[in-house]
Amino acid sequence: MARAVTPRRKLFNTLLAWAVGMIIFFPIFWIFVLSFKTEGDAISTPLEVLTSAWTLESYAVVQDRSDYFKHFTNSVIIAVGSTLLGVLVAVPAAWSMAFVPSKRTRGILMWMLSTKMLPAVGVLYPIYLLFIEMGLLDSRTGLVIVLMLINLPIIVWMLYTYFREIPVEILEAARMDGASLRSELLYVLTPMAIPGIASTVLLNVILAWNEAFWTLNLTAAKAAPLTAFIASYSSPEGLFYAKLSAASVMAITPILIMGWFSQKQLVRGLTFGAVK
Amino acid sequence: MRFNKLISAAAAATLMASGVAYAETLTIATVNNGDMIRMQGLTDDFTAKTGHKVEWVTLEENVLRQRVTTDITTKGGAFDIMTIGMYETPIWGKNGWLVPLDDLSAEYNAADILPAMSGGLSYNGTMFAAPFYGESSMIMYRADLMKKAGLTMPDAPSWSFIAKAAREMTDRDNDINGICLRGKAGWGEGGAFITAMSNSFGARWFDENWNAQFDSREWSDTLNFFVNMMTDAGPAGYATNGFNENLSLFQQGKCGMWIDATVAASFVTNPKDSTVADKVGFALAPDNGMGVRSNWLWAWALAIPAGTQKEAAAKQFIEWATSNGYIDLVASKEGWANVPPGARTSLYENANYKKVPFAQMTLDSILSADPNNSTVDPSPYVGVQFAAIPEFAGIATEVSQEFSAAYAGQQTVAEALAKAQALTNDAMEAAGYR
Repeated sequence: MARAVTPRRKLFNTLLAWAVGMIIFFPIFWIFVLSFKTEGDAISTPLEVLTSAWTLESYAVVQDRSDYFKHFTNSVIIAVGSTLLGVLVAVPAAWSMAFVPSKRTRGILMWMLSTKMLPAVGVLYPIYLLFIEMGLLDSRTGLVIVLMLINLPIIVWMLYTYFREIPVEILEAARMDGASLRSELLYVLTPMAIPGIASTVLLNVILAWNEAFWTLNLTAAKAAPLTAFIASYSSPEGLFYAKLSAASVMAITPILIMGWFSQKQLVRGLTFGAVK
Repeated sequence: MRFNKLISAAAAATLMASGVAYAETLTIATVNNGDMIRMQGLTDDFTAKTGHKVEWVTLEENVLRQRVTTDITTKGGAFDIMTIGMYETPIWGKNGWLVPLDDLSAEYNAADILPAMSGGLSYNGTMFAAPFYGESSMIMYRADLMKKAGLTMPDAPSWSFIAKAAREMTDRDNDINGICLRGKAGWGEGGAFITAMSNSFGARWFDENWNAQFDSREWSDTLNFFVNMMTDAGPAGYATNGFNENLSLFQQGKCGMWIDATVAASFVTNPKDSTVADKVGFALAPDNGMGVRSNWLWAWALAIPAGTQKEAAAKQFIEWATSNGYIDLVASKEGWANVPPGARTSLYENANYKKVPFAQMTLDSILSADPNNSTVDPSPYVGVQFAAIPEFAGIATEVSQEFSAAYAGQQTVAEALAKAQALTNDAMEAAGYR
């Protein structure tokens, strides 16, 4: 029987949720505010910041100095490309683990996840040398491959969790009706797992969009995405907070909009399997 | 008619082919600071003169350092020109990773480069990077607060005067700190400041046999003096303050004095950003009567990684960016206060530049720092606020973390020095110096 929630408790929970939400959102709000201030106003006290004049000066400077759309295009190609490639590799892998498990499946899954625990800098030199050898340095293709490999364990794990929710009998029925493995994957499993695949895609696009180690270390001028765009406005010797904030707003706005419109799928994806 | 067309087509093709062969696209890695950003805005002048195009990769200083180090050690070839400093240049030059800049044109007039700069950017007498701008450190102070305290800042003050003035100028009720200094961990942040300061107290990082010297009285004097002065007259939380935090405090009128990079002079005197722009005076970094001042020496310089396919075009760019012609170009577009300082002797002989309030003090500060004789007692290393050995960055970062922990009150000065001594000796032993 469900426990009754008193109005007072409901109010408390609501206020607490709002407070936590505001704390999490505050840095983004402040970046947004600073981006509309001059550099001089951006370093003044919070009250002075809020009451000082608003200006688009920093956006104009950033737009004039940097090629935003080149970085944006690179980000889109790298984030979407690595995610789609990852899903392409992960669907058969997750199918195999979910529906044809062996005694080593669990171990393999844990091993895949353990690769996420390796500090990225530990493999920087080997990967950098490989990229030089293969001519992939400062190329979008190289970054698509690397980010796909980095996020692959998460994609496999998420898809594995979704696939496990699908009754194996449905796939068996398809096989009895003469479906080949390819047809089974394409026309039976995938349509049923679309919500799960969509959540996985959304989450991994966000992860790839925000990735800032490999995208900074493996690019120069041609394939640099928005993470490099932001990094170019950070400086330990000079106060460029307003410009840095404007660059940050320009970099995060596309992903914020995407997240806003797909929040239902994202929440569903993140909480899938949490409540039985 | 047909023959004429053929000749025209052949001529056009030849012109296009020669144009393609000549015009290069250079990829340049650089830091995000005012002078470098200004240069990016003026690149069209270089393209118009040479036909070469430029693609910029601008990164935060620490990210840039990691990025270019990875590329040059692996011979990645991602960049045709790299912006590096005085620390990297002699080490990379020694390793053969950089193209020697010993054949620049006569028009370039390499002899005009300030000796302190060309010396610090050379290895075995060969220059491996051309200084884009040079800097030292100096005192920037509030002339009005100094007057209110009944004191007069000498051109070349001592640390005892600075400590006295800092305490006199402090006004906690009005949120004014007598002095703002770097305490932030990092070899290029608080580590650079305390090392330069220690030089004036007679301390050094290593003796002639590469033994750490943090157990010396001189280091203890340095750190205790610093902590006591900052506790009495520094801002709250100074252990996490670096250049930007202190710049912000000074510009808001919350610091009586600030000892930091000479390039900060143009920021604090810019009325657009600084509330105290018309009240700032300058003086040499303090000494302690031992013949060595506490100012550092640094240059952001342009270097060509060995193995680049575009060496000739890269040299053309370096000649353009570090020439007197470039200085004139900036002066004509943005005024003399905005030209890249500290690299050329002739700039300081220019009557127009002499009118810039901080010009002479910047030059005097640069000239008073000697990377080859930075300590009172002899030392085996080159460098003022660093020792030009590959291991230094890692060791100094850890040492500065221990010092910052002492500034924050998490441990005593004695404990911090003992830990610094142990970790430095361990690292030097592991690296084969001891």
